[in-house]
Amino acid sequence: MVIDKQEQRMIKYLRREVLPTTFCQGCGCGTILNAYVKALDDLEIDPREVVSVTGIGCSSWIPSPNFHGDTLHTTHGRAIAFATGVKVMKPDMKVVVIAGDGDLIGIGGNHLMHAARRNIGVTVFLVNNFVYGMTGGQSSPTTPMGIPTASSPYKNIESPFNIAEVVSACGANYVARWTTYHVFSLVDSMKHAIQKKGFSFVEIISQCPMNYGRYVKRRTGVELLQYFKENSINVEKAKDMSEDELNGKFVVGELIERNRREFTEQLRVLNKKIIQKNLG
Amino acid sequence: MDIREKYLKNYENKTIFSLGNEAVVYGALFAGCNFFAGYPITPSSEIAKVMARELPKVDGYCLQMEDEIASIAAVIGASWSGAKAMTATSGPGFSLMMENIGYAVMTETPCVIVNVQRSGPSTGQATKPAQGDIMQARWGTHGDHEIIALSPSSVQECFDLAIECFNLAERYRTPVIFLMDGEIAHLREKLVIPPLKNIHVVERKKAKAEENIFGGKLVPPMSEIGEGKFIHVTGSTHKEDGMRDIESQLVHDTLVRRLYAKVDQNREKIVKTEERFLEDAKTAVVAYGATARPAFGAVLKMRNKKIGFMRLITIWPFPKKQIMRLGEKVERIYVPELNLGQVSREIERFVNCEVVPISKIGGIPHTVDEIYHFIKEKEQW
Repeated sequence: MVIDKQEQRMIKYLRREVLPTTFCQGCGCGTILNAYVKALDDLEIDPREVVSVTGIGCSSWIPSPNFHGDTLHTTHGRAIAFATGVKVMKPDMKVVVIAGDGDLIGIGGNHLMHAARRNIGVTVFLVNNFVYGMTGGQSSPTTPMGIPTASSPYKNIESPFNIAEVVSACGANYVARWTTYHVFSLVDSMKHAIQKKGFSFVEIISQCPMNYGRYVKRRTGVELLQYFKENSINVEKAKDMSEDELNGKFVVGELIERNRREFTEQLRVLNKKIIQKNLG
Repeated sequence: MDIREKYLKNYENKTIFSLGNEAVVYGALFAGCNFFAGYPITPSSEIAKVMARELPKVDGYCLQMEDEIASIAAVIGASWSGAKAMTATSGPGFSLMMENIGYAVMTETPCVIVNVQRSGPSTGQATKPAQGDIMQARWGTHGDHEIIALSPSSVQECFDLAIECFNLAERYRTPVIFLMDGEIAHLREKLVIPPLKNIHVVERKKAKAEENIFGGKLVPPMSEIGEGKFIHVTGSTHKEDGMRDIESQLVHDTLVRRLYAKVDQNREKIVKTEERFLEDAKTAVVAYGATARPAFGAVLKMRNKKIGFMRLITIWPFPKKQIMRLGEKVERIYVPELNLGQVSREIERFVNCEVVPISKIGGIPHTVDEIYHFIKEKEQW
């Protein structure tokens, strides 16, 4: 195999011995791994300064085991809580959580809300494929209404979360949403999120041809990407559209940018003050 | 002199009228604890309260998390980032922590989990003491594993054993459970802080450049996040280098048996008991935690009889050799405890003599006379 220079530059971020990845054909996880290492490479970040924290599910396998950096592959839904302990002790490191909709919104929704409220300097890349993929395609907290899944054979009757809006409301410093179709915008957003002080969050709408595509009759990655492309609306354009017009669309772009004080920085200010008072 | 040493110097050689829960915090600080994450719950709340007040003074960090699951998760994350980390809770919170305690066992994460036992099951009697989580501490998380759990009987031991918990966690790279009870946690009595130089603190054994951190030795050395070792930590079955392998029977067998063996094979080094009047005893009382106090009181009242006393300081790994020896010596063992017979059933596994539980539940501890009369009647003394 001929390896061109571009490929060689990126392979340093990967654990060669575990490749190729275990992702199914057409899965969006490979694109996201690609975007993740591209973002780090563009920013010239030494992988020694990055720790990836993941939960349970296909998307948690994006960095674990593929990314060649410190990796904490934790329990289902708890990645953000583990990452909180890491960030407090290692405030200078880039602490990146990558996990799915079932993991971060379903079983771990509480930790997501509170980390955003606390505004801890953790970056979360939430891979939203609308389904519990690893366990065979059960409905998740983001499955659209009316879609049949493995656990809702008579169609899903629950309303999905608009999770990016929830995280914005909780107080995150940066919130964006892209799809695996918008690779270049996604990389830019990931770069911004990694650099941003405070809690940063990018919802990445991704395709699961195997366990979601088959229920929506789009059985290949290409068909789903086409669907993302056709149904995405930029946040600026969406501002002038009604709720009905936006029904079933993906509003993409940067949703929130603000500068609340970061949690671990405040912890350090507090300690400094107390130590001075106590010794003086 | 660093900040922590300056802080500790202020406390050494001091005699304090201390709450059990408060003494745990001071013990933890002397052991080097610099990270605490918890969630309010009776009767453990004072531990978090005092931690929040004292930890910043030694440049440590105290977090109130959104629940107990997050608390133990943050503790494990902090431990892998180099911290000596602890959480404290009670029954319902301890139940919530079980999955991540298993993660700490599987990933060999040193950390301390304080469980101030209250009356269960479920919400039970939130403010009342109990000893009903003995078996939960042992088997609460799923799968085969060993665990270390200590139980204090005095405020002094809340301090001393808190240090021991941290030391055992580091020495054996494992979560250690401090099994207190509401009685000792809320007891106020004399605490003597020893001189700093007399306190032995075990530090983490760091791995050399090419050393595996998940095998190769019974207790492998550890690396931390940010050292540039590119560590891979997973609760899935993993090889000695930490990489996941969930297919091979051999990898799983080797890993889980080693995790088991590192506690089991060091049982005699870990286990601590206190024995009194056992030389010529024909009857014995075995107790632990708060219940050891009235139990010993009852034994003292019967000094004219051949009755001895054994206190279990270590509950897990179980002091089986000590109990077997006792079983060969005496005809009957009485086991007063604030549950329906959890330790007494464990004792039965190792002895041929009669084991008589003196169970009490409902939140009121045994009195000396209750135990005294129970034994007197049964023995027909």
